[in-house]
Amino acid sequence: MRREVPLFITFFIGMLLIFSVFIPPMESLGEDFTVFFDIIAVFAFFLGGGNLLRVHVSKLTRQKRDWQYSIVTLLGFAVTLVIGLFKIGNPGGIAAAPTAAGSLFQEIFDYCLVPLGATMYSLLAFFVASASYRAFRAKNREATILLIAAFIILLGRTPFGTVVTGWIPESFDVLQVPNLAVWIMNAPNLAGQRAIMIGIGLGVVSMSLRVILGIERTYLGEDKS
Amino acid sequence: MEHVAVWIAAFLTLGIISFLYKDNPWYKLSEAIFVGISAGYWFVVLFWDNIYGKFWVGVFPPDVVDEAGNFVSHGVPDYALIVGAVLGVLMLARLLPGVGWISRWPLAFIVGCTSGLYLMNYFSSNIMRQVQGTIIPLFGIGYGASVYEIIGNIVIVGGTFAGLVYFFFSKEHRGAFGATAKVGIWVIMITFGASFGYTVMSRMSLLIGRIDFLFGDWLGLIK
Repeated sequence: MRREVPLFITFFIGMLLIFSVFIPPMESLGEDFTVFFDIIAVFAFFLGGGNLLRVHVSKLTRQKRDWQYSIVTLLGFAVTLVIGLFKIGNPGGIAAAPTAAGSLFQEIFDYCLVPLGATMYSLLAFFVASASYRAFRAKNREATILLIAAFIILLGRTPFGTVVTGWIPESFDVLQVPNLAVWIMNAPNLAGQRAIMIGIGLGVVSMSLRVILGIERTYLGEDKS
Repeated sequence: MEHVAVWIAAFLTLGIISFLYKDNPWYKLSEAIFVGISAGYWFVVLFWDNIYGKFWVGVFPPDVVDEAGNFVSHGVPDYALIVGAVLGVLMLARLLPGVGWISRWPLAFIVGCTSGLYLMNYFSSNIMRQVQGTIIPLFGIGYGASVYEIIGNIVIVGGTFAGLVYFFFSKEHRGAFGATAKVGIWVIMITFGASFGYTVMSRMSLLIGRIDFLFGDWLGLIK
């Protein structure tokens, strides 16, 4: 019962969706199930939110290292949640969308979440630069190829690339760095992407079959009893 | 009000940037705010989009009205959505000791759904269409293709084949097979190099955006 029912649900739903592709009246089944999927995902997110609360409340009550920041996290979570759920500061009232222009919830997004997220990701530019310095030393042929491709793409996407190779005559314009960058993107890069995509596709298909047929069961976890 | 908001955004931006110096309380504060607000934000968005927008409106649809606001007909409820909600509630059984195993049912639904959808979608988009896209002319006589295009096509066909050979690990990479796999790894290295170049460019443009915000919107030095 504990393992058989979930295995049957997986098999039944999986097979149903595969067959639905071949049976025109069932074609919309995939979209219908995607809506179910979205609704269930919200409850999974509730679990995630509950877990966030549990971790930070535990850190707070046990006064673990940097517990003060847990207060900030919990406050940020609670304030955003209350403002968003009750649409506080929303000019359109409860009937308007929570992300309506001028609403407090949207202001939090624009002036807190966007700057924080964008800066966090932009910091990666520095870390990528330092990591690439270590990784990109042309130690072997493969690393050299990677380095040259990255260099041409970087140079080809900046005005500097145009200036540096602008003197090359038109009959050899393929050697101008911006054109070379386009060619790399359209030919060898495309070939590599295709090989990777076909590999991923084959992997997903075989893994999906293993899951549907009940060969792969790790998603069920282990029975504690 | 907007002036205060810009100052808050600048405070948080500088807090995150301060990590470049070292891990410090200002960064930790900004990071804690980021975690709390982003969790709350996505919680709210998912609630209004899915629980209200898809489930509630689907089960209790509003009346259909014409452009003047006059009643036309009652909305058609989609009671099948209740199954989704019940499965969602069962997901919370994980929190209850003794009956936590019931949460495997919605999980099995999600896994079955994902497997069924992905199997067909990936087979179609990642395998069939990519193979189809690789079947291209390798010589230009009578087709009007330039030498430049033909060389590109040869690289695409040969590179894709060599890349796939590299990913075939059931046979030892020796001899002609090994040489093809070697070419495959070079092609894949070019792909990684191109992806790296694009990643650096996108991070740089984000950084430029933040600096533009600090010196423009906040300090007003860039007009």
